[in-house]
Amino acid sequence: MSMEIAHHPPTATGLDNRKLGFWVFIGSETLFFGSLISTYMVYKGASVAGPYPHDVLNIPLTSISTFVLLTSSLAMVLALAAVQNGNRSGTLLWLMVTAVFGLIFLGFQAYEFTHFVHEGLTIKSNVFGSAFFVLTGFHGVHVSVGVIWLLSLWILTLRGKIGKENSINVEIAGLYWHFVDIVWIVIFTLIYLIP
Amino acid sequence: MSGTAEQVHGGGGAAAGHATETGAHGHPSWKFYVVIGIVLTVITAAEVAVFYIPALRSVLVPILLVLSTGKFALVVMFYMHLKFDSPIFSGVFVFPLILAVLVVVALIVLFQVLPHGMGYFTSS
Repeated sequence: MSMEIAHHPPTATGLDNRKLGFWVFIGSETLFFGSLISTYMVYKGASVAGPYPHDVLNIPLTSISTFVLLTSSLAMVLALAAVQNGNRSGTLLWLMVTAVFGLIFLGFQAYEFTHFVHEGLTIKSNVFGSAFFVLTGFHGVHVSVGVIWLLSLWILTLRGKIGKENSINVEIAGLYWHFVDIVWIVIFTLIYLIP
Repeated sequence: MSGTAEQVHGGGGAAAGHATETGAHGHPSWKFYVVIGIVLTVITAAEVAVFYIPALRSVLVPILLVLSTGKFALVVMFYMHLKFDSPIFSGVFVFPLILAVLVVVALIVLFQVLPHGMGYFTSS
């Protein structure tokens, strides 16, 4: 089967340094979120005043937003497959779908945060609130950065500056997006589902 | 699982000279990605269902951890392509991942499991 592959300058590892560097970044982000999740797990049951987690967490709503983010990951990988196959319209479609689903997820998060504030839970209400808003807030910031990144790629693709020959740009954005997704997989289980 | 994937890229890797690992290790087709997406959705639905079944309360945590780990592994292996890419990428991700898991477990043990949580949350 014929194969066209993007090329990069010779490296000691034989790997693309941009991709290797990004995996190192993802490793550091793993430690970052690991520390935030640890903090939440330690503090979630330590509040001396409410609201407590079981008072405010909305499992059905968060299940839907989790489904949205998982679907966005599927769209992202389809965007990568499209750009690697030289399918420009497919790349544009799936990049936009990924960004829109990311925005929908952020909408869910904004609604959830607003609802919690109305319920009396803020970042300074108690240690549960502090740990919760810091952890999910940082995740939301990462999703926001991802959406901006995806929309930038969409514009570059529209202008013909992203194609099969430099699909590494979409691949690295995809790695970031999937990382944001796996962080949410952990958050959904540890923060929302485990009592 | 990867054996069922329709390959849109051939092999490559070392034989491809300075070709990047991008797409050089036989990434699956879109159909395979959709199947993975469906599996992820089913696992998520199972997680939520398990949460609402009172009879499973006693085994809720281990079930959720197994299901969540499965989802995590599927995304990392197939959507992030670690299954098809160089082991070096896996190394630079898995090493800090293990460190992060150890940090989470150590802090939970230190503050939630050990008697009196080292006295941190038990002040008179």
